[in-house]
Amino acid sequence: MSGFNSIALKTIWIKECTRFLRIWVQTLVPPAITMTLYFIIFGSIVGTRIGEMGGRPYMEFIVPGLIMMSVITNSYSNVASSFFSAKFQRNIEEMLVAPVSTAVIIAGYVGGGVARALLVAVIVTLVSLLFVDNVQLHHGLILVLTVILTSTLFSLAGLINAVFAKTFDDISIVPTFVLTPLTYLGGVFFSISLLPGIWQTVAQANPIVYMVNAFRYGFLGISDVDVGVAMTVIVLFNLAFFVIAYQLLQRGVGIRS
Amino acid sequence: MKALSIRGLRKVYKGGLEALKGIDLDVNQGDFFALLGPNGAGKSTTIGIISSLVNKTAGSVSVFGYDLDTQLVELKRQIGLVPQEFNFNQFETVQQIVVNQAGYYGVPRDVAKQRSQQYLTQLGLWEKRNSPARTLSGGMKRRLMIARALLHEPKLLILDEPTAGVDIELRRSMWDYLEQINKQGITIILTTHYLEEAESLCRNIAIIDRGAIIENTSIKRLLATLNMETFVFDLDPNTVKNAVTLQGFQWRQVEEHTLEVEVEKSKGLNSVFEQLSQQQIQVLSMRNKANRLEELFVNLVEQGRQSGSKAGAK
Repeated sequence: MSGFNSIALKTIWIKECTRFLRIWVQTLVPPAITMTLYFIIFGSIVGTRIGEMGGRPYMEFIVPGLIMMSVITNSYSNVASSFFSAKFQRNIEEMLVAPVSTAVIIAGYVGGGVARALLVAVIVTLVSLLFVDNVQLHHGLILVLTVILTSTLFSLAGLINAVFAKTFDDISIVPTFVLTPLTYLGGVFFSISLLPGIWQTVAQANPIVYMVNAFRYGFLGISDVDVGVAMTVIVLFNLAFFVIAYQLLQRGVGIRS
Repeated sequence: MKALSIRGLRKVYKGGLEALKGIDLDVNQGDFFALLGPNGAGKSTTIGIISSLVNKTAGSVSVFGYDLDTQLVELKRQIGLVPQEFNFNQFETVQQIVVNQAGYYGVPRDVAKQRSQQYLTQLGLWEKRNSPARTLSGGMKRRLMIARALLHEPKLLILDEPTAGVDIELRRSMWDYLEQINKQGITIILTTHYLEEAESLCRNIAIIDRGAIIENTSIKRLLATLNMETFVFDLDPNTVKNAVTLQGFQWRQVEEHTLEVEVEKSKGLNSVFEQLSQQQIQVLSMRNKANRLEELFVNLVEQGRQSGSKAGAK
């Protein structure tokens, strides 16, 4: 559909932000509580026995990973649940009957996912200040680019999940069985240089490794992977997921008879 | 100017069901048009294709000259859709729903808010503007869907059974409102199960059955083809002394003082009154038994199916 409908884009974005702010107890409070527990258990209790990781105190080392973990899960679940609810309640039809292009629908939903992810990132960063003395910024641009591109990527992934989902169970399967293992194995709590030989290579097939490490580089200036490679991987995944989401919606998969 | 023009429209669903078998349909600008048909006839599929919720298999659709395949943006701007099922976010407020919908059509937010006051007031929902949609009654939800469909000021309003499950009083007030906006120039296409609704509101009609249009004419012309009508006579009990007799009519006594008489249009009712008068029976009241359109509808669908099965037997 030709023509850029900026008012529609703004409308979808406002609607999405209103939605997650209306249910803030479900969307903004849980990451704060979960991350506080991670900081207490892995940082204060276990972390003091670990000592340093990557040349940094363990608590400092896990801060960027935990922020990124929140960004990933929140951007994904925001779009997956919102888009699936719109399908389930059939209010997705409000957009389908109107002159709203596929790209605008995607941009609106992804914009909502990114907004929630950024807000959660700020909340988790504030929580982390209670546990670390100072949060330094090594490379602000890499930091901001990584968080925006990662939240965009997982918003797109959540959207694709919602397109295929037929029940509410279907939008929790991927986070439980794919996203959580990949995140835990993605270098949030450890440096992949600790892994034995072949497993370091295997770990590099995990895209989350690149996001966590690029983000950690932005914060601490340390990374297990080359930051240029990491940014390239993130951008390529974004492009691929956008093309998939665009094709699915354009063909009407799961939303048009 | 045609508000809607459909040519050779076909829809075959994934399972192989042919919901539309190449229909042609025209609706003139300013018309109040009824699309009737039994369940599963193809009404909602037709509406779904026009409003681009359903992908067509073949054929062409144009709305006010805008083609569905090549001018989709402009075509969509012309249409306001009131679907059969409630399809708004039940957790959003009434005003959020209508303002957001206008936003999807490119109406700036401040303009949409102004218009929302106008349309929600007209439909008796302004007081409920801050209530979540899930707290509304069924009738209010129906009116909300009408307000939502009108906020971008479409030229063609399509209503898919808008008064289903709505009480009589509310139904009448919705009819009045629809007549009012039709007079203001909005073309209306209505599908309904209430044939009385089509008869009292619409000027032209198409009857669809099993994916084919079996009749497409004006309501007046259609009703003129009806030869036989059944009238119910309520008689004054004090004047019915003996058994009632009526010569030249098919009739039956449904209750002690109530007659049902089948009357050919050419014959008229005078003879019934004369015969009852001769028996010194007084008629207290008289009414048309069945909805005339309903009789026609049933006849047409049956005829269509009979001719279809004969053709199939060949």
